[in-house]
Amino acid sequence: MKRTVKRLLSLVAVGAMGFSMVGCSSEGENGKVVVYNWGDYIDPEVNDLFTQETGIKVVYSDYANNEEMYASVEPGNVSYDVIFPSDYMIEKMINNDMLQKLDFSKIPNYANIDEQFKNLPYDPNNEYSIPYMWGTMGIVYNKTMVTEPVDSWDILWDSKYDDQIFMYDSERDSIMVALKKLGYSMNTRDKAQLEEAKQLLIEQAPLVLAYVGDEGKNKMINGEAALMLAWSGDAMVMLQENPDLAYVIPKEGSNWFVDGMVMSKDAANVEQAYQYMNFLCRPDIAAKNAEYIGYSTPISAARELLPEEIKNSEVAYPDPSILKKDNMEMFNDPSDIISLYSSIWTEVKASN
Amino acid sequence: MKWIKRSYVSLILLIMYAPVAVLMVFSFNDSKLPIWKGFTLDWYSKVFSDTGIKQAILYTLIVALVSSLIATVIGTLAAMGIHRMTGWQKRLAINVTYIPMLSPDIVIGISLMMLFNVLHIPFGLPSLIISHITFSIPYVIFAVMPKLKQMNYNLYEAALDLGASPWYAFKKVILPEIMPGVLAGTFIAFTLSIDDFVVSFFNKGAGVDTLPIKIYSMARKGVNPTINAVSTLMFATIIIVLVVSNLKANQKVKEAKMQ
Amino acid sequence: MNRKSLAYPYMIWAGIFIIVPLVLIVYFSFFVDGQFTLANYTKFIEDYYIAAMVRSIGFAFVSTAICLLLAYPLAMILAGKEMSNKSIILLLVILPMWMNSLLRTYAWANLLENNGVINNLLNAMGLPSVKFLYGNGGVIFGMVYNFFPFMVLPIYNALAKIDHKLIEASYDLGANKWTTFKKVTLPLSMPGIVTGIIMVFMPSLTTFLITRLLGGGKVMLIGNIIEEQFTRTGDMGFGSAVSMILMIIVLITLGIMSRKGALDEEGGLF
Repeated sequence: MKRTVKRLLSLVAVGAMGFSMVGCSSEGENGKVVVYNWGDYIDPEVNDLFTQETGIKVVYSDYANNEEMYASVEPGNVSYDVIFPSDYMIEKMINNDMLQKLDFSKIPNYANIDEQFKNLPYDPNNEYSIPYMWGTMGIVYNKTMVTEPVDSWDILWDSKYDDQIFMYDSERDSIMVALKKLGYSMNTRDKAQLEEAKQLLIEQAPLVLAYVGDEGKNKMINGEAALMLAWSGDAMVMLQENPDLAYVIPKEGSNWFVDGMVMSKDAANVEQAYQYMNFLCRPDIAAKNAEYIGYSTPISAARELLPEEIKNSEVAYPDPSILKKDNMEMFNDPSDIISLYSSIWTEVKASN
Repeated sequence: MKWIKRSYVSLILLIMYAPVAVLMVFSFNDSKLPIWKGFTLDWYSKVFSDTGIKQAILYTLIVALVSSLIATVIGTLAAMGIHRMTGWQKRLAINVTYIPMLSPDIVIGISLMMLFNVLHIPFGLPSLIISHITFSIPYVIFAVMPKLKQMNYNLYEAALDLGASPWYAFKKVILPEIMPGVLAGTFIAFTLSIDDFVVSFFNKGAGVDTLPIKIYSMARKGVNPTINAVSTLMFATIIIVLVVSNLKANQKVKEAKMQ
Repeated sequence: MNRKSLAYPYMIWAGIFIIVPLVLIVYFSFFVDGQFTLANYTKFIEDYYIAAMVRSIGFAFVSTAICLLLAYPLAMILAGKEMSNKSIILLLVILPMWMNSLLRTYAWANLLENNGVINNLLNAMGLPSVKFLYGNGGVIFGMVYNFFPFMVLPIYNALAKIDHKLIEASYDLGANKWTTFKKVTLPLSMPGIVTGIIMVFMPSLTTFLITRLLGGGKVMLIGNIIEEQFTRTGDMGFGSAVSMILMIIVLITLGIMSRKGALDEEGGLF
């Protein structure tokens, strides 16, 4: 045992040293930009291309969700230059004075962004953020298991589909569905409406097979369940893998979101950050990312460069009139209501 | 009797390795999703072209190695010291040692992050290593403790009576006795370190991501099979070294017997 | 080399990196915006939070017991005389832990789901499918799988140390196998068992990932609640309070057990 353990440890040491050869040259010839993005949310080649073209090194880190990103950025231990929060998180960061206003004269490619994605509620005057990707939330269903037409959230409460429903393991998205089904705004602060939503979710709980995270995608493709709450970007992947699946945005309305690029207040490499943001808004680069990630790009010129089946997909690019409907909403800064959401969610989960 | 024992051991190994086998199979799968689509080596070639992953492996190994070794030294000494204590001192020391084991990772991660912030400890390798040592030490202490309890202290006293220096007596009497516990402690510390996500996430620096951070942050989009390929490569290396070294050792034993 | 002072480096370390952060957590749990309050603690008094606490302790207890029952025979076999290559086998049991636990848990979900590999095999053999996941069974399985090696290692180390002459002496004195096990082997391996129990019970109490992936997110344990407060809700005060409540409950329980002599005479667990 002793000898074997020694061998293993020395092996590890040798491995570590071997890899340190590939290690980290600290800065490019024109400085660096420190980027903090969702995991796997960029085509890995894009950072290399950027460095080749500009001589700026990209110091890149990943996070898994908005809240974890916020918790690790807020104390200011590490200063990131470019971050990619979602809409409501951008609003929260603006409210907490964590972002700096952008100088759009340094981002000429901002002109490529479609008008539809400007002046959105989280950044009403377009001062702090640039849209990066967007999507909607809806229902993915398996046509071999659900033969009736699907157009309403009601189907997620239909006892015919007992143990065949995947909900999303997130209080915000689940409560959104319940509120929309009831015909309320998903940003409501009305306690009585939220109480109704809670009762609705408790009623639904016995029918739900699982509250899934990302792993639900694979399960759905495998035919593990008939219905699932899903993001359009994930739906694209699922539909490509299993042609029996379909995606619908229910008629009661839903959530649509934008993940943006922002610059943190204490950014140390401002000029490089502008170059990086500008680079990501270039149509060919945006197309590369959109194709790799599978989410929708807010740049029409980039959409034109995508393969036919993505470019013309109604899942990724629904008719623009749909987003304009009143019942399609974006989340706003949830800080004042989040603790109520959390206790609602705990109660729902504890109910069975 | 013997076959019952053998089959029990085999069954346990089968269960331990079932998911590992699944992972390895999907590292050769011609799809991003864990649904079999055909054989490919693409993910392996991506391992070598992805600098992010290579750096993550490097940081993971450095942090695991350094933190488990330091935790072993501090923890073994601590176990010996605590073993000699009595009464409230001992109770206090042991209860303090329970604290990191009883704290959810997220609590350790965030509270250390705030502490490092106040102490101006740079976020990056130093903060990662310190935080990993902190959550590993209790496991080392509790791995070494039972060996100390089983040990016969008269041997140590006898060595001193015979004129051995305390250090010499420690090296020749105590250390060999507690070595299995020390190694178990190192092993557990190393295992915890290479697997930790939550504590690392809050105490990393810009550009210093470990492999678990890479893996967890891919979660929203689905874990990329490149990670399976990396894991398979690392695992295969370890197993090969293990088997080869074991064969060599057996050979030596045989040769010795022949002579 | 045999003094209390050997623990000093650790005590300094613990003072800075364990006690100070703990004080921070206590502070967060009592002070909201600089004002003293008990609100975070009173908030916990809700059926569903208390139920989650009870459930978590129950789950940790059950999975620790299963780990012990599975690990002890394995450790005995490995520590026994007739097994060759025992250290290699022991390492083989532990090595899968070096694969990322998230990946391994995903893989289990893949094997165990309703449409998964194992159920397909069962169906192929003409047997009905079993719903392994999406409930308590999946969660306990995940805990046992993930922490099993932490039970095997210390028990093996304790058993390997036992002098075989003692066991032979017991047989010579006319004791049968069971009596020998009960009176000789078990008591001598007790320190290893206690360590194994600590190393499995404590991390099982605070896990959150297993619950989601193998329990289908339908089982709410205390680890999930704490995790949610810190990462999703951003309510550090409440998260800290729940974490403190958990710690205090467990430490008091251990204290009572050691008073009653169920553990060791010296208090703590040792």
